[in-house]
Amino acid sequence: MAQASLSPQLLSDEWEARMRPQESLRAKVWRRFRKHRLALAGLLAIASLVLACALVPWITRYDPLKTNVDLIREPPSVSHIFGTDELGRDLFIRLCHGGRVSILIGVATMLVSISLGTTIGACAGFYGKRIDSVLMRFTDFVLSVPQLFLLLLFAQLLRSTNNPTLSGGPLPIIVIIGLLSWPGAARLVRGQFLAIKAKEFVEGARMSGCSNSRIMLRHILPNAISPIVVAATLRVGQAIISESTLSFLGFGVQPPTPTWGNMLKNAQAQMTYAPWTAIFPGLAIVIAVLALNYIGDGLRDALDPHHVE
Amino acid sequence: MTHYVMRRILQAIPLLLLISFTVFMLMQLIPGGPMAAYENNPDISAEDLVRLHEELGLNVPKHIQYINWLGAVLRGDWGTSQITRRPALVEIGEKLPNTLYLSMVSFLIALIISIPIGIISAVRQYSWFDHVMTTFAFVGHSLPVFWMGLIFIIIFHATLKNPITGGPLLPGGGMYTLGSQPTMADRLRHLIMPASVLAIYSLATHIRYMRAGMLDVLHQDYIRTARAKGLRERAVLLRHAVKNAVLPLVTIIGLEIPVLLSGTLITETIFSWPGMGRLFFNSIERGDYAVMMGVLMLSAVMVIVFGLLTDIVYAFLDPRIRFD
Repeated sequence: MAQASLSPQLLSDEWEARMRPQESLRAKVWRRFRKHRLALAGLLAIASLVLACALVPWITRYDPLKTNVDLIREPPSVSHIFGTDELGRDLFIRLCHGGRVSILIGVATMLVSISLGTTIGACAGFYGKRIDSVLMRFTDFVLSVPQLFLLLLFAQLLRSTNNPTLSGGPLPIIVIIGLLSWPGAARLVRGQFLAIKAKEFVEGARMSGCSNSRIMLRHILPNAISPIVVAATLRVGQAIISESTLSFLGFGVQPPTPTWGNMLKNAQAQMTYAPWTAIFPGLAIVIAVLALNYIGDGLRDALDPHHVE
Repeated sequence: MTHYVMRRILQAIPLLLLISFTVFMLMQLIPGGPMAAYENNPDISAEDLVRLHEELGLNVPKHIQYINWLGAVLRGDWGTSQITRRPALVEIGEKLPNTLYLSMVSFLIALIISIPIGIISAVRQYSWFDHVMTTFAFVGHSLPVFWMGLIFIIIFHATLKNPITGGPLLPGGGMYTLGSQPTMADRLRHLIMPASVLAIYSLATHIRYMRAGMLDVLHQDYIRTARAKGLRERAVLLRHAVKNAVLPLVTIIGLEIPVLLSGTLITETIFSWPGMGRLFFNSIERGDYAVMMGVLMLSAVMVIVFGLLTDIVYAFLDPRIRFD
């Protein structure tokens, strides 16, 4: 280490500040991220949720679908910490199984939505002119119909095909939410590309004979990645909410497969006498989404190049 | 200004045409189609089917069908509901005012509360008030609307009791108590829960925008100038800062219309509010295509018209915007 050879007096704050540019980008981002205590708490919450969803079903080997007529709507107790549902199934075990599906849908939807949005936004911002105006009009068009209305309509269309692979499972939900949620990312990436493409280094790359796709992927995209990462983090949470809303309304993942959303589907009918069936799955959603929102907020601060320390 | 408004209106027309075309195409994708109900009916003969096919205008090519359909939509003929056998336009027209009533009330509540909160949060940045309010905005933003509705029902309908009558504190659904002449108080009691749920949802966004907008303005040079020339802090904030910080909110309102419409769909479904969102949800469940497409078209038109209006209002309010 370079500091080891320096005298202690010189290891003042000033020196530390001078040494900083040498730390890796990853270390710098992590150091800044750690300062955002709520983001750190969010990271912890998400990690424990993911761990619970991954490990609990594996350790307990309790069938989340097995019904038990003797245990219908048991309030939370020591043996069933979150209580049981209308078919006598343990709510905690079902929450962990449901979390696997919900988180999977959230992440997969984010990948669809962000890659679509980035591609469209990058093309619009980079090529400009006609391509830009066509793509942006198309974005306006997707934004002009309220998302939930279209989600329900597409879910119904897929359901009426009576094709088992197209209806009821997580895959169609991922596709339809992904296909309808990219405009935000597209607008964001377009703005970034518009700003960066005017910089000198892009001109330099063009002068040295780089192809358009190389400029876009190797020169502009890495400089535009920070806001995309933030948007992607927030998108996972929004996708979890979209999935749960669809499933709650009966148009998402179909029972008996549990998700955080469809576990709430029967909750409305019985919430006067079994409120725990409505409270716990919802809390899981809120904790996951809140944690992701805080992580996104922390990342925004940590990744901002103009951040003042 | 007139030029700008005209240009924006002209830009909206292709968008509306594209939407109408998509809605028409989606209708074609739906299995069964308008003849499904008749084809399975043994009382209808093959000749009748052919005659019906012609009567419904299905014997011409698709693009002619689209033009005919568009013409009918523009003339106000939106088809007939397959469930109630009444014109779809009448069905939707009956429900639209209820949706507007609910969303306007919640929107106003959100606006009245969020503007002062956002301003105080920005002026006292990092105070306990600011921390509480930013946390509230974050949580509100992370709550699924439907779950918030369920929790409200558990608390205010199932758990809390009215101290006088012993019944539930607030009704769990509907616009007024059925079977009685609705009084003002009764209507208000039914409005409280759905309007609050929707309002909290918008509040979260508004507070964040208002706070960010105010912080932005507070760092501008003209605020320093206003302070330097010795104005009282109150005058600096109210006369110089707030006026400019509220402006961006106009744009947010336009962007938020689709979100608000999605929110009303959920709220209306949970609280059995007889509005357009619930009508759409029911029409999807029952396969009532005319109503479904009508609501879809109307909500898209609403989004575009409100977007246009807010843009024009913004350009009108902010003299820095150039119309070119």
